[in-house]
Amino acid sequence: MSDSMRDVGLDFSLNRVGAMVRRYWYLLRSSWPRILDLIYWPTVQMLMWGFLQLYVSQNAGFFAKAGGVFIGSVLLWDILFRGQLGFSISFLEEMYAHNLGNIMMSPLRPAEFISALMIMSIIRLAIGMVPVTFLAIAFFGFNLWSLGLALVAFFINLILTSWAIGIFVAGLLLRNGMGAESLAWTIMFLFLPLTCVYYPVAVLPVWLQYFAWALPPTYVFEGMRALLIDHVFRTDLMLEALAFNIVLFAAASFAFFRLLASARWHGSLLQTGE
Amino acid sequence: MDASAQPAIAVENLRKTYKGTTAVDGISFRLPPGSVTGLLGGNGAGKTTTIAIIMGLVMPTSGRVAVLGAQMPKERYRVLHRMNFESPYVDMPMRLTVRQNLSVFAQLYGVADIRGRIAQLASDLDLGEFLDRQTGKLSAGQKTRVSLAKSLLNRPEVLLLDEPTASLDPDTADWVRSRLEDYRRERGATILLASHNMNEVERLCERVIIMKRGRIEDDDAPEKLLARYGRETLEEVFLDVARGRQREAAQ
Repeated sequence: MSDSMRDVGLDFSLNRVGAMVRRYWYLLRSSWPRILDLIYWPTVQMLMWGFLQLYVSQNAGFFAKAGGVFIGSVLLWDILFRGQLGFSISFLEEMYAHNLGNIMMSPLRPAEFISALMIMSIIRLAIGMVPVTFLAIAFFGFNLWSLGLALVAFFINLILTSWAIGIFVAGLLLRNGMGAESLAWTIMFLFLPLTCVYYPVAVLPVWLQYFAWALPPTYVFEGMRALLIDHVFRTDLMLEALAFNIVLFAAASFAFFRLLASARWHGSLLQTGE
Repeated sequence: MDASAQPAIAVENLRKTYKGTTAVDGISFRLPPGSVTGLLGGNGAGKTTTIAIIMGLVMPTSGRVAVLGAQMPKERYRVLHRMNFESPYVDMPMRLTVRQNLSVFAQLYGVADIRGRIAQLASDLDLGEFLDRQTGKLSAGQKTRVSLAKSLLNRPEVLLLDEPTASLDPDTADWVRSRLEDYRRERGATILLASHNMNEVERLCERVIIMKRGRIEDDDAPEKLLARYGRETLEEVFLDVARGRQREAAQ
């Protein structure tokens, strides 16, 4: 590893990433309320929307044909929402523990820190979502896993968006301290109406559709509806989502490193409180 | 100690301002390898900012800081594995056991034999009885010992300590100072210690830098400071400096 690469933190150690994943895993397994919290809301949401869909489908011909659209939307939305939340909460744990100084002073590179948070977001997502997908089969006969390769494409695009938002929020937290905490919990709700989770993009006013199509998850939710209603897998939508995700991820990473540099300049890393 | 050797820490015309407020105002000093230096000063004197810049956590407004030859913060990844720090203002994750915390940090610092190193530190710092207890359930003194163990995990060549015995009872504080003396003697480490505790500084440090309002007001060996100010204790010297009596006292 050249000194210049080391200076800018471009050398990467899986060992250090593993250390951070281990740190979050110890925390997660030491606290049953944390694990319960991962499963609780996805289950409640899935049941509520599942029963609503059951009721609507028994009373409207269109929805009877579009089986699983609501539950599918709920489950994919939870991948997006909980992917970001899993990332952000792991980051917030360092601030709650006043441990950020130890982390930032250690040889851990920012890219390794972000990688550990991404891995933890998948672990947390798996703990919360996998049981719920089986409950969806048991209660409503909706098998998310039967989407096969389409599910892989949906997942990759949604998790990339969730990480990009998580990285940006982590930068804001480094720069602004706990004053930015509420963003970690709420920022994704801005995406809920704009990414058209429960309705087609065509429902939006024309001027708002431009914004919607600039967000990668919109393509995923449109793609899911195309698959469940028209039984067509839209590869074009997935590729467009991926292209937007690459731009979004790069922009979020750039913002993170700028915010980290700004935090060093303003001394915010020393004062991560309110 | 070889004074001609590359300094372990070199600070040159260091300045840091926050929105018009000057926290550090053009200070310079060089610490030779193996030296123990105390950074004294009242609240707001600039000690913590100085240490944070040396650690690479804060970017200076101007001036240069080099640690073991690496410019901070630009080249910090060349040397962070050879440094460590301890501060009562930084905690370790409370829900993790002491062993889990030490093991995670040992892995972050690239310690080769993690189990062996933790066992050795547990023995040296008397952590054995609570090694598998959650860190949050320890007393203040026990937590300080754990923080000290964390700071020694990678056998650092440069150790930065910010108030290492704050809020400890005299017996525990004395015990911690003894361990620091042992470590310095065994490893030949360079230690920079920010403290309000004059007894601590007198006992541990061969050199004292006194800061006030971001500037260095005096810088010398404790015995020379005592002689120059005609005082019995460093506390009296510190009060002379803090209350602006240093000129007449030194004359």
